[in-house]
Amino acid sequence: MGKIVLEGVEKTFGAIKVIQNVNLTVDDGSFVVFVGPSGCGKSTLLRLIAGLEDVTAGKILIDGVDVVNTPPAKRGLSMVFQSYALYPHMSVRSNIGFGLKMAGRPKAEIDRKVEAAAATLNLTPYLDRRPRALSGGQRQRVAIGRAIVREPKAFLFDEPLSNLDAALRVQMRIEIARLQDTLGTTAIYVTHDQVEAMTMADKIVVLSAGRIEQVGSPLELYNKPDNLFVAGFIGSPKMNFIPGAAAGDPGAATIGIRPEHIAASRDSGTWSGTVTVAEHVGSDTFLYINAGPLGDLTVRSVGEMGVKPGDRIFMTPEPGRIHRFDPAGHAIVAAH
Amino acid sequence: MATQNTRKLARAMLTPSVVILFVWMIVPLVLTLWYSFQSYNLLNPVNNGWAGFSNYYYFLTDPSFTEAFVNTLVLTISVLAITVIGGIFLALLLDQHIVGQGIVRILVISPFFIMPTVAALVWKNMLMDPNYGIFAWLATRLGFAPIAWLQDYPLFSIILIVAWQWLPFATLIIFTALQSLDEERKEAASMDGAGAINLFFYIVLPHLARAITVVILIETIFLLGVFAEILVTTGGGPGFASTNIAYLVYHQALLDYDVGGASAGGVVAVILANIVAFFLVRIVGKNLDA
Ligand SMILES: Nc1ncnc2c1ncn2[C@@H]1O[C@H](COP(=O)(O)OP(=O)(O)OP(=O)(O)O)[C@@H](O)[C@H]1O
Ligand SMILES: [Mg+2]
Repeated sequence: MGKIVLEGVEKTFGAIKVIQNVNLTVDDGSFVVFVGPSGCGKSTLLRLIAGLEDVTAGKILIDGVDVVNTPPAKRGLSMVFQSYALYPHMSVRSNIGFGLKMAGRPKAEIDRKVEAAAATLNLTPYLDRRPRALSGGQRQRVAIGRAIVREPKAFLFDEPLSNLDAALRVQMRIEIARLQDTLGTTAIYVTHDQVEAMTMADKIVVLSAGRIEQVGSPLELYNKPDNLFVAGFIGSPKMNFIPGAAAGDPGAATIGIRPEHIAASRDSGTWSGTVTVAEHVGSDTFLYINAGPLGDLTVRSVGEMGVKPGDRIFMTPEPGRIHRFDPAGHAIVAAH
Repeated sequence: MATQNTRKLARAMLTPSVVILFVWMIVPLVLTLWYSFQSYNLLNPVNNGWAGFSNYYYFLTDPSFTEAFVNTLVLTISVLAITVIGGIFLALLLDQHIVGQGIVRILVISPFFIMPTVAALVWKNMLMDPNYGIFAWLATRLGFAPIAWLQDYPLFSIILIVAWQWLPFATLIIFTALQSLDEERKEAASMDGAGAINLFFYIVLPHLARAITVVILIETIFLLGVFAEILVTTGGGPGFASTNIAYLVYHQALLDYDVGGASAGGVVAVILANIVAFFLVRIVGKNLDA
């Protein structure tokens, strides 16, 4: 069991409101990812749930019990820190078993659970080493091992992969997702890497300046962003925003179209412009186009496309893939 | 210092200082060794020449030597205990967020800037004097008879004075180490269910091990040779009750004018210091290459 509900959670540091009126339900067993730009309050929100910071207002319910006055250890959650925060003077075995030892469990039980966790994480050969003698990926695994042995109600991850190189990050991402799936434990995962968010999450929470912008499944956020912020934040390269009037749609203040939903052609199309930069990454070509009154547009076309800067190019937006926004930046729902 | 190259470079860079230190050390040591085997008493210039081991024999069999030896150990170990435990305690307090933190820190450090002689005189005259010292005043206020600290508890008084002087050093080193403790590590431990006491023993204390080792090693070097504090307060007395080996050597050389005997004492002191250093490095030194 591990259902976490936030009701009107607020946090201020001095005079600054870092978290503003957050309401959120994290279902038991789900994998929820917090994303948002740097400084938007992702870590703070996670630390509030963990109990490492006190809330200024609001309630945090874990399985229906308000825990705002419960110390971190009693909340039954475990956390994986960005710096791993391993205990350097203890062996891997003691690191993983520390929580159980503090809980006063018998030695035999601790050994059994530590060894089981180590086996799951391929750490068995390293059990008697110190963290200093491990690679980054192995340290990361120890930190995860420390989190899973306690059989918590939920895992909290704060950018656990940001210190790893790209290849290892992909591998650990898959491992964490698989582990969470096998254990069926609720997980809240903070990242600013949207690929991590899109691939791991059951539900993504997009935060901006301490507020929730939108909550939804990865594809919901991709296909139906509620507002300009989410539309611009989810997806890479970023969605193109065009003034409605210029795009021939006076009913919307802004329309948005993703680079992958524009077809580029050399001879005909709805819009036209001049290529300023062409990035060939092999599988795709990214074109940066100056489209006059429409502004600068990014277009992604599959495969190699022999265009050079300065070439004239035509573009056709994919119908039904156009997002329309009102002057306040909210999506206009009854769209195409 | 990982590769052949850096090791070679390190050796080359170290050589000049090692040579200078070696000469610096070896000249007095050889002279002391030489005198320790000579009959050389300033009151009796005629009687000189080779003395064999008689200087050592007299120094080591003198009952004052045993007393001074025990005093040296008691002084060193007590001061170490007080400063390390007190230093950890003060460092933990200083690490708390309080108003006027900066001023409190400077106040705590300040005894270290006071010369040993001055500190000892302040303690002797302002605090411990049985007639007009503050302790005596406090005692009379509370209805007790004032204590003549330096006469009745000479060694204890000196331990107190020396500990007071070294406490800031210990506090400062331990405090610095404490501040380098990663906040996330403490948070991880608190999520793991460690309360304040477990946090201290399992996380904070192991983190401080290296700093504590440094404090013990450095203080020991100085504490084995405490001198000024004894000279200005008790003069080693009453009898030899507060005489340590350093003071005993001085006593022989400049009060008894026995240069040969004092040199023998000096050599004995060096040997003892080396024995202590050997055991210290054995016991605590392993923390350093962690
Ligand atoms: N202890 C603190 N005191 C004052 N302000 C703080 C404190 N901790 C965080 N903040 C502020 O709160 C805001 C949110 O910080 P937080 O660490 O939650 O950001 P984040 O979303 O995790 O960013 P990042 O992606 O860079 O880790 C920031 O503006 C930060 O300056
Ligand atoms: Mg953060």
